[in-house]
Amino acid sequence: MSVLEMRRVSRTYGQGATEVHALRDIDLEVDAGGMVAVMGPSGSGKSTLLTIAGSLEDPTSGEIRVCGEELTKLSRNAKARLRRRSIGYVFQDFNLLPGLTAAENVALPLELDGVPARRARTAGLQAMEQLGLSDRASHFPDQLSGGERQRVAIARAVAGEHQLLLADEPSGALDSANGEAVMRLIHAACKRGMAAVVVTHDAQLASWADRVVFLRDGRVTDQTAQPAGPESLLGPVQ
Amino acid sequence: MSVRYALLALLSEGPKYGLQLREEFEARTGEVWPLNVGQVYTTLQRLERDGLVESDDADTEGPQKGFRITAAGQQDLAGWLRTPSDVSSPPRDELVMKVLVALRVPGTDVAEVIQVHRRYLVELMQQWTRIKEAEAEADLGLALVVDAELFRLDSVIRWLDSADGRIKRAATGPINPAKITKLRNRTGIRP
Repeated sequence: MSVLEMRRVSRTYGQGATEVHALRDIDLEVDAGGMVAVMGPSGSGKSTLLTIAGSLEDPTSGEIRVCGEELTKLSRNAKARLRRRSIGYVFQDFNLLPGLTAAENVALPLELDGVPARRARTAGLQAMEQLGLSDRASHFPDQLSGGERQRVAIARAVAGEHQLLLADEPSGALDSANGEAVMRLIHAACKRGMAAVVVTHDAQLASWADRVVFLRDGRVTDQTAQPAGPESLLGPVQ
Repeated sequence: MSVRYALLALLSEGPKYGLQLREEFEARTGEVWPLNVGQVYTTLQRLERDGLVESDDADTEGPQKGFRITAAGQQDLAGWLRTPSDVSSPPRDELVMKVLVALRVPGTDVAEVIQVHRRYLVELMQQWTRIKEAEAEADLGLALVVDAELFRLDSVIRWLDSADGRIKRAATGPINPAKITKLRNRTGIRP
């Protein structure tokens, strides 16, 4: 079942001479359990694609379905509910609230969605435990390292029953060990049935995805084929 | 990949048989580099000829023949480890040549040429990452080998990305120094 479906999605900013086509006729489908990476140079439309897929921005034309619901047909309230219930976001700069502990940050979206505080907290702690963050639950964001903050942001995105994870350069400025840890977490969440779209310019991150889509000047210009098995790499010594 | 020094390194831990050397070589390199027995024995013969290893007995051939490293071998190995590989002169890279040539061939979309290679490299990286995902956590040797491949391929992709951007900028409006001087004269801005 496809969790995210984008059909001929375009986004234009400005008019006339200053018109900019940020996205042109994007078709993208991500199934439950699938992980798609979107690669492209800056200005290619990667982040616009993600904000539109996450219903944080409307397209100029085209259709988007998240978990079967067509976004353009939803009211503002219904969209907000869909965002809270079905979509987890991971942004480059983490976006944690400084006045809340790590556990409170993770549980907040669930509480906003009406989950009773105790249940939200349990679900939050569970997500943190999976990411090896149990001993950081009562720390405030400024008491955490960059890698820990990013893991908290991911715990928040995967806590509850989110079906779609949208991540914009999820390893941000992390070193390669932490970047790998972040991708392992997202990959593991996909194995549990979540769909993910990861926008990145980093090929090492993108290589965790099942499919890599290449964006250029707002268009999908290419994508990877189903990769061959690892056996093909294991050749004799030269 | 230097099989010669890998074998010396394994012998520096203590005397070993040929077959054992092969098994340990494969295990230490995450089994990414299979080695045939013939290769092991030819290399050992050369090492013995050069006085870097000694064998038990000239009469016993085959799997029961043991080898050990000599003092000269120890010294040679230590020297090799500390000698940087020669990377001072740029290799004649076929991909770089292709991109340079593509710029000169009429009717060629260089961005498309670049993309074909970029996609191929990303697909290779996906395969290496699958290996890392499946096994590397438990196998240090394999993780190191896979990381080396990933970083190598990644650096080629970075070069392609940079070339792509540079070629695009050059096509849309070359900024040449003469233009900047003209602009400065007109606006009165001093550098």
